[in-house]
Parts: sequence; C-alpha cells; structure tokens
Amino acid sequence: MSKPLQTVKSDPHVDLSACRTDFPVLAQEINGEPLVYLDSAASAQQPESVIDAVAEYHRHNHANVHRGVHTLSHRATEAYEAARDAIAGFINARSRREVVFTSGTTESINLVAQSFCRPGLKRGDRILLSQLEHHSNIVPWQLLCEQTGAELLVVPIDERGELDLVTFNRQIESGVKILAIAHVSNALGTVLPAQELIRRAQQHGVPVLLDGAQAVPHMPVDVQALDCDFYAFSGHKMCGPTGIGILYAREQHLERMPPYQGGGDMILEVRFEGTTYNDLPYKFEAGTPNISGAIGLGAAVRYLTGIGMERIAAHESELLRYMTERLSEVPGIRLIGTARQKASLQSFLLDDIHPHDLGTIVDHQGVAIRTGHHCAMPVMDFFGVPGTARASLALYNNRDDVDRLVASLTKAKEIFGR
Amino acid sequence: MNRAMSDLSTGELRDLYRELILDHARSPRHFGKLPALTHSAEGLNPLCGDKLKLYLQIDDDDRISDAAFEGSGCAISVASASLMTDAIIGMRTGEALDFAKALIGAVTGRISSEDLGEDSQIELGKLQALQGVREFPSRVKCATLAWHAMNSAIRQEQRPASTE
Ligand SMILES: Cc1ncc(COP(=O)(O)O)c(C=O)c1O
Repeated sequence: MSKPLQTVKSDPHVDLSACRTDFPVLAQEINGEPLVYLDSAASAQQPESVIDAVAEYHRHNHANVHRGVHTLSHRATEAYEAARDAIAGFINARSRREVVFTSGTTESINLVAQSFCRPGLKRGDRILLSQLEHHSNIVPWQLLCEQTGAELLVVPIDERGELDLVTFNRQIESGVKILAIAHVSNALGTVLPAQELIRRAQQHGVPVLLDGAQAVPHMPVDVQALDCDFYAFSGHKMCGPTGIGILYAREQHLERMPPYQGGGDMILEVRFEGTTYNDLPYKFEAGTPNISGAIGLGAAVRYLTGIGMERIAAHESELLRYMTERLSEVPGIRLIGTARQKASLQSFLLDDIHPHDLGTIVDHQGVAIRTGHHCAMPVMDFFGVPGTARASLALYNNRDDVDRLVASLTKAKEIFGR
Repeated sequence: MNRAMSDLSTGELRDLYRELILDHARSPRHFGKLPALTHSAEGLNPLCGDKLKLYLQIDDDDRISDAAFEGSGCAISVASASLMTDAIIGMRTGEALDFAKALIGAVTGRISSEDLGEDSQIELGKLQALQGVREFPSRVKCATLAWHAMNSAIRQEQRPASTE
C-alpha cells in the first residue's frame, strides 16, 4: 500500500515527479503512514519558493505599500506590484489596471455583485447562475436580490453533472442582467464550456462573471481569449497563500463601477466636500492590503509558470483518468460527476457508508480527502445525497497516491463489514 | 503495506466503529416520528451536514415516556441518537440532562470514564461505546449532536441546536 515513492510509474505524457519534493508539507507521516494529500480543491499545498518569498518579505522587506519614502516601503511596494504584473501576465490580462487584489474568490464575487450589478438593478431583473455553483457564487447574489428585488434564474444540470445547454440557451435570451457561473465545478469537476457560454451571452448583451477558483490551478486561463467581463479566483487553491485572491475585470467596467469599500489607498484626495478616487486598480483596494499574500501569490504564479500550465493540465488529466478508472473498480462505489469534460477531481460514495465516516477511516491511513457538501448544497440536493467524498488532485500527486486511496477504501469496506 | 502500523490504526478505528455503534447505525432504534410528542428540537452539524430532528413525549410528572428521531447523518451521529433515545426513555428530564452532561463530558474527554466510576450517580452503560470518539477530535461533534438537541428540546429552545 505505502510503496516508496521511487517505484511510482511515471505518467506516459508528462513527468512531474520531481516537483513533489518542492512541497515540504508532503514529506510527513499521518497516523504512521506517508501523507497522501488529495484535498487540493479545498486548499492546495505551497512549494518552498512561495513559503520563502513570504518569509523573505517578513524578514527583510516588511513595510506598508504606496506610502512611505523609506527603503522598506519602496521594496514592499515593488514586490507587491511585481506580483500584480506576474498575475496579469499569467492570465493574459490586457493591463495591470484590470487586476484587483481581493481576499479571495468570495470577495471578488461580492465586489462584482455590489459595485457592478447593484447600482443598475431593479425589482424583477434576473441574474443567471447554474445549479452547480459553490455557495460563494450563490449567496452574494441572494443578498443582492434581497437588496434590489432582483431574482435568481438557475441553469439546470443533468445526471452527469453537465450543464443543460438547451435550457441555458433559452434563459440567456430571456433578458438577464449578468451570467455568473463556474468555470470548473468544485463538487463535480465538470469543466463548463466557458467559451460557448460567453459567446452566447455576448450575443444577448449579457456580461459574464466566471468563478475560476477551480480552473486557474489546473489549466491555462487566458481572459482575453475567453473574452469574459469578470474572472474571480483564489490564491490558496493555486499553491499560494490564503486570504488573497484576484478579480480580473475589463477596464471599461472598472472605470464605471463605484468603489466597493472606502478607505485609505483607494483615494487621490479627500476633502469633506468630496473625495477623488484613485486610479485603477487601486480604486478597489481600500486599506492596507494583504501584502505578504500578494507576494506569495506572485511567487506561486512564477512557480506554476516555471512548470507550465499545459504540462500541469496534461499530467492531471492523465492522473484523473487513472483515478476514475481505479475508483470504478471498487465494488459498491458510486461516482458522482461523470461529465465528459472534467478536471482534477472525483466525487463518490461507497456502499451506504456516510462520507464523513469514510473521511475518518481513510485519514487514519494517512489519506486526506474532503467529505461533506463541498459548499455546494444545491448539487447535493440534485443528486439526492447529503454529501460526497471527494478526492482532488494537484500537480504534485501521482499514481501511488491514487493506489493508496483505493486501498484505504477497501479498509473502510472491511470496517463496515461490506 | 506495513502490517504493524496498519493494525495499530485499525485498532483505533475498530474502537470508534465498535459492533454496537455499527449495529445502531445500520438499524437505528426509535427512528421515525412521535405522534404524541410534547417537545422537539432540531440538531444541525454544519460541518458535515448531519441533520436530525428529535421528538420527546414528556409526561406531567416530568418523565420522558417516549422518544424518537429522524434525519440523516454519519454512523456516529445516527448511532449516538439511537443509543440516546434508547437510554433516556423512562428518565425524568433532570436526569436526562445530567446524563447528557456526563456523556458530552466523556466523549470530549473533559470527564474520564474513571471519574464516572462507582462514586458517580451516572452510569453510562452501553453508551461507553461512544468513547472511541475521543481519539478522533473531528468526530466529537457527530457524537454529541443528538445530546445537544435533547438539551434544546427539554429546555424548549427555539433555535436549532448546533454543534458550532
Ligand atoms: C468553485 C469555487 N468558488 C469559490 C470558492 C470560494 O473560494 P474562497 O473561499 O477562497 O473565497 C471555492 C472554494 O472553496 C470554489 O471551489
């Protein structure tokens, strides 16, 4: 079960096995077994280079940004802004002015709901989401509905976890104010046909926000090629720190949107008679930002770019194929989320064992998976289950991890006498 | 596979998932509604989505004459609710509340089983089976959910009992 890592077969397409040692957290035992981390969809581990970049900042360069003439403040500002440039390049934004630091996907979506949508919304206006959204792409819109009297419209999914495109096509032409939809589903792993959805939305003049939290870590994302209006993602799902994330937005939108929060840094001039807001993107970054988080995220982007997102995508899709195949062989397994286009994760149930029990039993064998509703209760309702077990992959996983997962499931069956 | 290690871990797991727990999880006792209920409460464990409704029928002399529960949850929370309803039928509400306190103490490790020995008024009896949870801090909430719900039901609190 716990074969030494050297015996791992290299994947036929790309070999990322050398990357594994970049992640110090992986080199430990849990309950006497080498850790197998299959919960990167919740939060991915950080490579040494990210940990070092954050430590370097704290050790040598910590100061507030955009405000002092002294050397440390200058260094902190340089590092913070260099991170923005790295991220702008990573997602191919037209300009750094379109890259706003937020605390994460959740804040990015709330920002769009409140600053972009709220001012123009009237009672009865409609917001289009899908059934497979994470709660953080549902609740901000529900709040907005309470505030404005707008209503939610939901694109259904089918048994595989794919979007019902026929219904979508009808809904998108029925006059909605925004389409806010996941790029990749965190509960099912479905990759949505983003390009197609955006093209449709544009034909009807509907702006599009993509929740890219589960896409950016696993595939090349080019916001210009997608041609979306907004793209939200989180640092901690892409080997960066927690508490930092990005809102990409078209410059023309940001120009017109009122600030999301007021405070320092987002202003040019403050008088009691009135205040002049700062340039983009600073208009949307009120107060002292998460400087170390931004620097860490910059380092994460450099790390991922160094490996290459194409290679990461190829490695993970091969590994996902292997994982799905191995899991399918386990008697009594029910795979949840069997879309034709998938990325990085598989949800499942085993016999009648509650996912929470499964999580405890596999953890006891050193295998970390997520169990529960994955902050996607409408998905669980659709499949009529209280929750699922979910194994999610990142660039540092390999076939041995999958084999260990499968072996630990066998143990669960044994304990439950199945 | 490393035998010694895996046997050790299996030992702790078997202590958590004892036969009695698995039995009550598979065929929960007192599962369903209670036509003549006088008290009820809902228990929610937001972490894992465990959800149960507890129904009590409390007599005029403050005795729990019947109890039942409904809901979905993991083996630990269902077994705990099943064992609890079995245990509290016939108790006075004060006794049941003390019993809940003792049980929650025992599974959270705040009271050891020795403390609940002969001097104690409270014998956990069969419910000692739930003590395996102590080695699994993330599962304590599953084991205590029904007990928190019983507390709210008896005290007639309006909000659902939550483990958070
Ligand atoms: C698809 C999706 N959207 C949004 C989020 C929320 O991200 P965060 O908690 O980092 O704001 C997550 C992460 O759990 C997610 O998977």
